[in-house]
Amino acid sequence: MAHEVETRKKTQAEFEYAKRKREEEMRGQVATFALMIFLTLVAFTAVAADFSAYYVVPTILLLAAVQVGLQLYYFMHAKEKGHGTPIFFFYGGLLIAFTILITFVTIIWI
Amino acid sequence: MDINKQYSAQTWPDHPETATLEGKNKFVGFWLFLGGETVLFATLFATYLALKDKGPSGMEITASQLFELPLVFIMTMLLLTSSLTSVYAMFHMRSYNFRAMQAWMAVTVLLGAAFLGFEIYEFNHYVHEFGFTYGHSAFSSAFYTLVGTHGLHVAIGLGWFILLMIRNAKRGLNLYNASKFYTISLYWHFIDVVWVFIFTVVYLMGVVG
Amino acid sequence: MSSTAQAQKKGFGATLWDYLTTVDHKKIAILYLVSGGFFFVVGGIEAMLIRIQLAVPANDFVSAGVYNQIMTMHGTTMIFLAAMPLLFAFMNAVVPLQIGARDVAFPFLNSLGFWLFFFGGVFLNLSWFLGGAPDAGWTSYASLAIASGGHGVDFYALGLQISGAGTLIAGINFLVTIINMRAPGMTYMRMPMFTWTTFIASALILFAFPPLTVGLFFLILDRMFFANFFAVEMGGNTIIWEHLFWIFGHPEVYILVLPAFGIFSEIFAIFSRKRLFGYSALVFATILIGFYGFMVWAHHMFTTGLGATANAIFAVATMAIAVPTGVKIFNWLLTIWGGNISFSTPMLYALGFIPSFVAGGVTGVMQAVAPLDYQLHDSYFIVAHFHYVIVGGVVLALLGGLHLYWPKMFGTMLSEKLGKITFALFFFGFHATFFIQHFLGLLGMPRRVYTFVGDQGWDLYNLISSVGAAFMALGVITLVINIIMTSVKNERVGNDPWEDGRTLEWAIPSPPPFYNFKQTPLVRGLDTYWIEKMEGNPEGMTYAEPIGDIHMPNNSIIPFIMSAGLFVAAFGALYFIDGDKAWPLPVLALGLLITLGSMAARSLKDDLGYHIHKEDLLKEGGQPGGH
Repeated sequence: MAHEVETRKKTQAEFEYAKRKREEEMRGQVATFALMIFLTLVAFTAVAADFSAYYVVPTILLLAAVQVGLQLYYFMHAKEKGHGTPIFFFYGGLLIAFTILITFVTIIWI
Repeated sequence: MDINKQYSAQTWPDHPETATLEGKNKFVGFWLFLGGETVLFATLFATYLALKDKGPSGMEITASQLFELPLVFIMTMLLLTSSLTSVYAMFHMRSYNFRAMQAWMAVTVLLGAAFLGFEIYEFNHYVHEFGFTYGHSAFSSAFYTLVGTHGLHVAIGLGWFILLMIRNAKRGLNLYNASKFYTISLYWHFIDVVWVFIFTVVYLMGVVG
Repeated sequence: MSSTAQAQKKGFGATLWDYLTTVDHKKIAILYLVSGGFFFVVGGIEAMLIRIQLAVPANDFVSAGVYNQIMTMHGTTMIFLAAMPLLFAFMNAVVPLQIGARDVAFPFLNSLGFWLFFFGGVFLNLSWFLGGAPDAGWTSYASLAIASGGHGVDFYALGLQISGAGTLIAGINFLVTIINMRAPGMTYMRMPMFTWTTFIASALILFAFPPLTVGLFFLILDRMFFANFFAVEMGGNTIIWEHLFWIFGHPEVYILVLPAFGIFSEIFAIFSRKRLFGYSALVFATILIGFYGFMVWAHHMFTTGLGATANAIFAVATMAIAVPTGVKIFNWLLTIWGGNISFSTPMLYALGFIPSFVAGGVTGVMQAVAPLDYQLHDSYFIVAHFHYVIVGGVVLALLGGLHLYWPKMFGTMLSEKLGKITFALFFFGFHATFFIQHFLGLLGMPRRVYTFVGDQGWDLYNLISSVGAAFMALGVITLVINIIMTSVKNERVGNDPWEDGRTLEWAIPSPPPFYNFKQTPLVRGLDTYWIEKMEGNPEGMTYAEPIGDIHMPNNSIIPFIMSAGLFVAAFGALYFIDGDKAWPLPVLALGLLITLGSMAARSLKDDLGYHIHKEDLLKEGGQPGGH
């Protein structure tokens, strides 16, 4: 069993490459954060501006979906390698979640 | 795996959270748990949507009268920012910078606590200003249960953060606790994911009517 | 130094402590088997009381109220406290061995899952002694459950909440075990069928139990904490409960029956001495059933009035499930076809399963036809149908699996002679009890009635049904005698007592040493042990590593205490609404404190496990004996 973990000292070049990669990722995450704040602002503004609900509701739902995608792939690292199985199950959960939501806004006697 | 093994920034693996079998198990297991949590929150959302504005005949309180956007906006900003600070903490965890990680986690906890404080204020406000108690109507039960379950998750997350920070304050990073830090950060982001839908579906769509 | 030999040397107290603290999947399997077996007997006694009451018209053996309690508890106990734990027993005993793992992914959580189930089950059954059992049916529909007086339904909601948490934990544990802990070479498409079905059933648990959790919370909050989810006069909606219950309840059927399919797949392959016919088709059918299982729940609600469109969609989806299930039936038939069949006890159960389950499946498709369902709904036809599926599918698998895996779990064989008598009694009794109920339903007898008026043409059929139930009881008694006799004789068996084992669990001693595999095996194909046997490898497996130190988890009492805390808290929550006592709130707080405190203790104290050293492994002697 792989309980013993091999440790290996990185060469200076490897170390700096990994560091640069991490910092690039961090910059991406900060940009993601800026985008998320922007999306939130758009959503709140759209509601505060009192547009017709027919436009506002689909728009803010779409914005929420985009924002959740950003959280998943950038903040929760789902775009990194080795996330295939977990993400598959997460989407399985989303599919069932979606089914339940559809049900409860259509067929509960209202 | 030896818990006392010392690392340096150069011997620290790129993905310390999944470097051990225990770490891999925790990582997969927690993602699966989040899949189950997704379904759990979906049922709460679905019930809320079904019972929104429903109450005894003659009930006058509706979502559009109840909710105030400025407060929700502040809470949203707090939680979103705490998500970013938790990302910073994980950046430093992967860079083997224990002190910076602890510091960013502390900031995350403060932001989360502020969020929770506002939520308690909000609930209190509804109860005292509107008489909108838990047993007031089906609408109030569904609202408090959905938003309260999220609040409970925040509170559990705060306790979890604090416990981990205290427990590991003196011994620094190792491969045994790296996966634990990573797991709580996943949990914290998930809480933010749920909140994105709460502010959209409950508050914004509530105000739209 | 096998674990049982060790246990025999220990005193009773030490053995008890060992089982209270164990994190070994093989011992947890035994815990599940014993407590699941106990609840199976309890549920069986309740079934006998039902059949005694209904044996003759206008019977007053039990009163209407008591009958409702018995009927509710029979269903609830059999599904949640007997069938699922017994399946978990086999999953725990077999799946880690089949994939070549030394334990499950989270041994601590494995123990926690068991103790949560156990305390939840005990809590639910204590209702008998504390003012009456739940009486709103196992489905506990909200309008009835909210109106039910006393604390019966509270016991139902809280007890199932606790044991449901345990089930969810067990499900996640099996998923991660199968995803991460497979031995080298064990690709997904080389996994034995029982492992595959466990995998899919665990995925169903992961997604089906949260809606039940939420539904039960709503019920608890409504009944005990002033909420209004189901109170129509306060704007509530009772259809929400029906949906939540069946969004859980229908996948639950597949959570039960898929592992049963897995056990039968193993039995068919072993006792036909053939590779499973169409292995990949079986895998695909399993996945498809799992997926469809989530898309059909509203067929339980055709008569609720969801509208023609919804009924049509769910009717078509329900009929579609018959296709992958049919694929499986034909695969099993073609596995037997041309095989070198040995009619051992497990094989008899498997052969008996096919016609029984097909009958249950066919009546299921009948009910999928929504207009016909309006006629059949709430009649004894439904009772007959789901007993054909659950008894004809799941219980036959449990009994067959018990005979198949008993030597692997306990190192001694159940008597084949008594086993066959058990099968004959049970199988005859099962059909005598339930076949006739189809006709009772068609003749108009409603389900869940505590008695009936004579001379409606139901008298004889009900009597036949009750006599059949007595045969099933005789079958179970024979099984118990068999178990006692076998345990007293205790003739030890080797690695592969059925001599035709195909998968890794048969390559190691019975019962396996506590670390399972001295060396992690290298899997070279489907039915890996069979491949090694055919190639004349006397060791039964190829190794992926040299002998080395083995890392093992420490035992822990914390799961027991954590679950006991919730058990205590549940009493506080239950009596809180009475308002005439001072102690419920403190008791609720105390229980939660115990649970949270033990969680904190778990997280503050490092539990790194220990190592079995290479020298000690070598000292135990060369290879475990052959067959």
